Amino acid sequence: MIRARGVGRRYGAKHVLRGVDLDLPAGGFLLVTGPNGSGKTTLLRMIAGLQIPTAGELEVAADRGRVGFLSHQPLLYPQLTAAENLDLYGRLYRVPERRERIGMLLERFGLWDARNERVAAYSRGMQQRLALCRALLHEPELLVLDEPYTALDAAGEELVDRELAERHATVVCATHDPGRVEHLATARLAFA
Amino acid sequence: MTYAADVAALARKDLLLELRARETLPAMALFVLSALTVFHFALPATSSDLAAKGLLWVAIVFTALVGLQRAFVVEREHGVIDGLVLAPCDRSAIWLGKALAVLGFLAAVEVIALPAYSIFFSPVDGPTIAAVALADLGICAVGTFVAATAASSRTRELVLPLLFLPLVIPVVIGGVGASVAGGSARYLGFLALYDAVFAIICWASFEYVVTE
Repeated sequence: MIRARGVGRRYGAKHVLRGVDLDLPAGGFLLVTGPNGSGKTTLLRMIAGLQIPTAGELEVAADRGRVGFLSHQPLLYPQLTAAENLDLYGRLYRVPERRERIGMLLERFGLWDARNERVAAYSRGMQQRLALCRALLHEPELLVLDEPYTALDAAGEELVDRELAERHATVVCATHDPGRVEHLATARLAFA
Repeated sequence: MTYAADVAALARKDLLLELRARETLPAMALFVLSALTVFHFALPATSSDLAAKGLLWVAIVFTALVGLQRAFVVEREHGVIDGLVLAPCDRSAIWLGKALAVLGFLAAVEVIALPAYSIFFSPVDGPTIAAVALADLGICAVGTFVAATAASSRTRELVLPLLFLPLVIPVVIGGVGASVAGGSARYLGFLALYDAVFAIICWASFEYVVTE
């Protein structure tokens, strides 16, 4: 699913990532760890297709519309409601039986009752739950998660644990809390 | 059909956001009315209608600029552009949806601006209305493209006017020509040609603006 050879990225003269090699077969789970500024987010953005490596080769065998991406930002319109945000993404991502899928995800992530509230009124934790719904909406083949546990309460963390345990997708997950997903990992990448 | 549905969903989203936030339209309306008021007092009473027509086009172009400054603010500040870029839809749909929304805002403001111009200066004739309609298409096509380009820049507030204003000089030439010259058809044709050429260029190259 993902093959990287000597992948690097620099912004101007500054190298944020150097010489990353990895092989992740379909269905695998890559756990990415490392301190702030070590290049985790840059690698994840390259795997998702949002950035291009400035060195090396990166092959990702997933079409653009089959990638689910959870970023530091929820990628949601604050003035739209949760349901409106998911409906927009559902249309653009060609989600079949869109309304049913949206309803099911909102129920699963405990947001059904707040579905008609604007995202601007959501707490950070609720926004993170909704961002997870957005990333999962189109049942992606490849799930790229950048700090999925950020801002979540204990119940929210358990929801993510359950979602990842029941996953069918290939997962790339960067986290500062590797203990939560260590048992799921089939490959590891630790940045210094 | 899918492309049209994507464009409609994106344009509808922008109109809904404006309906909720009410940030862009009031600013554009206030700006154009302020500009026309300033022009009314700045222009000597003995000035010709021709000079006033020129000022109408200045007001339209700068009012569009006010709207374009806000066109990609939400996408930039909340990173939503990443979610849109990753969607399997044609990326030009993002440009077209946004351009249609900006066109809607500009047209709505002109519904106020043209009568205000008639009160302050002179009645607006048919060729001028036709020129404004054609100019709006070009302004929104080029402006949305440039606004997306500028959105990824740290100096976006400077980049947008610096790129946009030179690119719409032909619109001003065509618009003023159609408004004041005898043979307005030639200038309207020029505006239509500008619209077609730049719309195709923006449509075809927008993908490179939102991706690396």
